[in-house]
Amino acid sequence: MSDMTSPPKQSFKFSMLLYDSRYRGITIQIFVLVMVLGSLGWLAGNAATNLAALGKPLRFDFLGDTASYDISQRLIDYKSTDSHGRAVLVGLLNTLLVAFMGCVAATILGVIGGVLRLSNNWLVSRLVAVYVEIFRNIPVLLWIFVCMFTITAIAPQPRDFRGDNATASMLLNDSVAVTNRGIYLPEPLFSRPLGDLNLGIFNMSIELLVLLVVLFGGVYAARWNNARANRIQVETGDRPDTTWANVAIIVVPLLAALLAMGFHIGKPELKGFNFKGGVNMSAPLIGLWLGLTLYTTTYIIEAVRSGIQSVSKGQSEAAFALGLRPGRTMSLVILPQALRVIIPQLISQYLNLTKNSSLAVAIGYMDLVSTLGGITLNQTGREMEAILMLMAIYLTISLLISAGMNWYNTRVKLVER
Amino acid sequence: MNKSVFLGALTVAGLAAVGASASTLDDIKARGKINCGVTEGTLGFSSRDAEGKHGGFDVEFCRALGAAIFNDTEAVEYVELSSKNRFTALSAGQVDLLYRTTTWTFSRDVDLKTTFVGINYYDGQGFMVPKDLGVASAKELEGATVCIETGTTTELNLADFFRANGMTYEPLPVGGTTEAKAFFEEGACDVYTTDASALAGVRASLKAPDSYIILPEIVSKEPLGPTVRHGDDQWADIVRWVQNALVAAEEHGVTSANVAELSKGTENPSINRLLGAEGSLGEMLGLDNDYAARAIAAVGNYGEIFEKTIGESTPIGLPRGLNALWTEGGLQYSPPFR
Repeated sequence: MSDMTSPPKQSFKFSMLLYDSRYRGITIQIFVLVMVLGSLGWLAGNAATNLAALGKPLRFDFLGDTASYDISQRLIDYKSTDSHGRAVLVGLLNTLLVAFMGCVAATILGVIGGVLRLSNNWLVSRLVAVYVEIFRNIPVLLWIFVCMFTITAIAPQPRDFRGDNATASMLLNDSVAVTNRGIYLPEPLFSRPLGDLNLGIFNMSIELLVLLVVLFGGVYAARWNNARANRIQVETGDRPDTTWANVAIIVVPLLAALLAMGFHIGKPELKGFNFKGGVNMSAPLIGLWLGLTLYTTTYIIEAVRSGIQSVSKGQSEAAFALGLRPGRTMSLVILPQALRVIIPQLISQYLNLTKNSSLAVAIGYMDLVSTLGGITLNQTGREMEAILMLMAIYLTISLLISAGMNWYNTRVKLVER
Repeated sequence: MNKSVFLGALTVAGLAAVGASASTLDDIKARGKINCGVTEGTLGFSSRDAEGKHGGFDVEFCRALGAAIFNDTEAVEYVELSSKNRFTALSAGQVDLLYRTTTWTFSRDVDLKTTFVGINYYDGQGFMVPKDLGVASAKELEGATVCIETGTTTELNLADFFRANGMTYEPLPVGGTTEAKAFFEEGACDVYTTDASALAGVRASLKAPDSYIILPEIVSKEPLGPTVRHGDDQWADIVRWVQNALVAAEEHGVTSANVAELSKGTENPSINRLLGAEGSLGEMLGLDNDYAARAIAAVGNYGEIFEKTIGESTPIGLPRGLNALWTEGGLQYSPPFR
């Protein structure tokens, strides 16, 4: 092997960076990288200098100042004497809330719609096709407006519920009120409350914590019970019935905990101008949620349809030949295989929905853009800081969604052998 | 996408500094037009007529500037700005000044790097409710839902007012007057709040103005006035003294009808200095000596502007109130021209 020809040892010359094809690619890449970083740095430096010349250097201490404005829909405690930073947090949570609700609803509707889109029933598949084409081809902002203005125009005002000749009445045994300011739902209350746990940024109710612990404990015990049944089955060939035992293991401690804490339902009541008590989903939240869901659903329908169609016809024929009914064929054979085509498209739709939720500002839903990019920006005059923060936060949310969905994707994708 | 937005933001910041460094008056003369930031449509203060031409109280002051600088009331480009983006537009150099029902506050003057150069309307925040709600005072609004235009001082006053009176409320923040009106008419909110002057305009434009009342409480001081960028004192002086000239004209009884006659020279030296027959006040500003006479001839004095745009003879029907001359129990007062 020692007589194998090897390229002559050549000393490295500087000109080789340009003329030697082994190095030229790297040279060009480094050159471009330096140029790009240089121009970005120049832009950032220019902006910083000019902002300083305007007397507005880049500072984020305004987040600690008192916000002095109120926010109606909020997940955590907030009042007008809190800081801008907390107002931003309230807005961020509102963004995440509507994004989460939208993604869940759009996925459920999208999967159902996607299956119906391929239905053999001509009328059903055409109806879904019409829905998809109408909603997909009109800007989502208009759909949000349509949903919001439909709610405010059609649903009754709170004062219509008042008096002896009220024109509107509450639903479901007087526990749900649908008004043009939002939907008021009953809330869980505890007559022997355990108080709140202060977690720094927000308070978590200990009741909820107790219920979660009891629930997870029950599930864990049920799994242990199943493992025991498996063991017995392996040893004796006889599997003991676990269904009722499992139900009892999960449900009985939960009920006991609820009873011990004095669980009851609190109904919303009309007091003064508005309903009080209960859980309030404000009209802007519902309008935004509906608009985003109806719009994004169309894309998910198409994603599901393309996923299903990517599974070869032989698969369903084989399933039919085995005697599986169409529903079982879909859920056991087609959908699991279609998922690996659907998931990547689903990721981008989730990202779209989250970013589109910034249109909330148009209908008065206090999301991140309305708080940080709206009132806070306007009252403090910190445009640059607010916009940079907005971009950083949206980027982080999007990357987190991507990371999560990609992790799920690697789990369901076809394992190649 | 994110990157290009970032670059865009940097560019805006870069432009802002460029805009602030050159003389605004030179820029305006080179351009041949004043870029005047006005509201997106507040009946009486600035709105478009059927032909799309701007008119209103604030617009008249922009026109007066056009007359003072170019001797042409049409040499003004109106830029309609929302409450939210007005200061960004001003600091980015998109407009030369705001005549946009903008409240003069400490933090806007100091922290936002804008300069308020006068008060053309003394306003205060009020509340409008439907008559059949049976509310007679803002103190009875416990728990009400309030429609509010976002990005204004009104939301801060609102929070303060309800907090001071120990009441709660649900804010419904809306992007613009059109949406706010729609929500209010359909009962998505009980109360509409904004400056009392704008409230009168909104009420006049509702489908049934008579079924709404404006509550007696005025919960804030809202001195509205023109706003310019920090750092160009010459331009600030021009805007300040053209407005003062219109007020001084009313004080001295100079009107659009008699200004041509009076500017030939009178027995009263104050009038002579104001109209340019004596002294060289106009040249000190960097304008012609007859700048004030031209402005008054074009749009009339302060009182004339008030009466033809928002006064009691118009559908808006606002009384002079605080905006009467100081000699008549109001607050409008011009420093002396000397």
